[in-house]
Amino acid sequence: MKVLAFILTVIAGILLLSVLDDLPAWGDAQSPANSYVAAYYLENAMEQTHVPNVVTAVLADYRSFDTMFETGVVFVVVIGIMAILRRGSDSTVDRKTKRPPHAPPDAFILGVATRFIVPFMQMFALYVIAHGHHSPGGGFQGGVILGASVILLAMTGELKSALGKMTEKWFIILSALGFLIFAGVGLVCMFYGGNFLDYSALAPLLGGDPHTAAIMARYHAMLWVEIGVAFTVMSAMFAIFAYLSSDGWMDRGL
Amino acid sequence: MIWTFDFSLLLLVVITAILSLTLKDLMGAAIVFGTYSFFMCLLWTVMGAVDVAFTEAAVGAGVSTVFFIATAYNIKKEASD
Repeated sequence: MKVLAFILTVIAGILLLSVLDDLPAWGDAQSPANSYVAAYYLENAMEQTHVPNVVTAVLADYRSFDTMFETGVVFVVVIGIMAILRRGSDSTVDRKTKRPPHAPPDAFILGVATRFIVPFMQMFALYVIAHGHHSPGGGFQGGVILGASVILLAMTGELKSALGKMTEKWFIILSALGFLIFAGVGLVCMFYGGNFLDYSALAPLLGGDPHTAAIMARYHAMLWVEIGVAFTVMSAMFAIFAYLSSDGWMDRGL
Repeated sequence: MIWTFDFSLLLLVVITAILSLTLKDLMGAAIVFGTYSFFMCLLWTVMGAVDVAFTEAAVGAGVSTVFFIATAYNIKKEASD
């Protein structure tokens, strides 16, 4: 069986390599990927959205519906992992028999270094979220870094002290809140007469010169959307780590 | 672009990919998979896809490695019990 699988893999690999020549060259301006939508985005993104980073313009504006449900997928993942791995509080009897007590790791330097590095990580994460319009990054990456900072605390200290700052209840609340912020921005756009997630419809909220207001409305709405994504991703990352590392008991980290 | 740099990156990607599949030790495989993600991230950067590289560094090399290690750690404990 193993030999058969190996032969099949080699044949598939050879087939894949044999069509390598037909792929467009890297950076080819005439390739299908570059000649239709990508060209449109590159030519019109600055004029239509006024966001310097085209990637963010595509993700948070042109294809914001896509991004919204991506956030929804992350939320569903948290619910799924909770449903599979969580052990309810009624299993405390089980815990005493199956889960021997565990002394916290006595690593003084590790703890101090972590507590020193975490504020910087969180500051950088906030910068990545807020500066996603101009530079690489955005809600997703910033949210992951925020989540990683809490995960670092949970890894070096006890999981419980990290959970003291962010309890199980908050996983659900925060990850739902993030999706709600995203969808809420879209709904507010509808109330102001635009399409769902058509940010420029929010211009009357800001007032002033209509043209500038439309640009600023896009800017602010995109920031809110990024904040929503960051909320969901941050709580999702920490929730997944907490359940995986403690095997669902939520009593200690690694 | 410097072709030697590119080539060595690609070579390292392939080596770490094969290594992470063949290693018997789960913890080691998880860590090698993290390095694979990191080399992928460098490759994205070389190709100019900085946003993708950023995501790869944060999610692939960072958080998902931690998830794998957490899982491998618990599996190991259960196996030794």
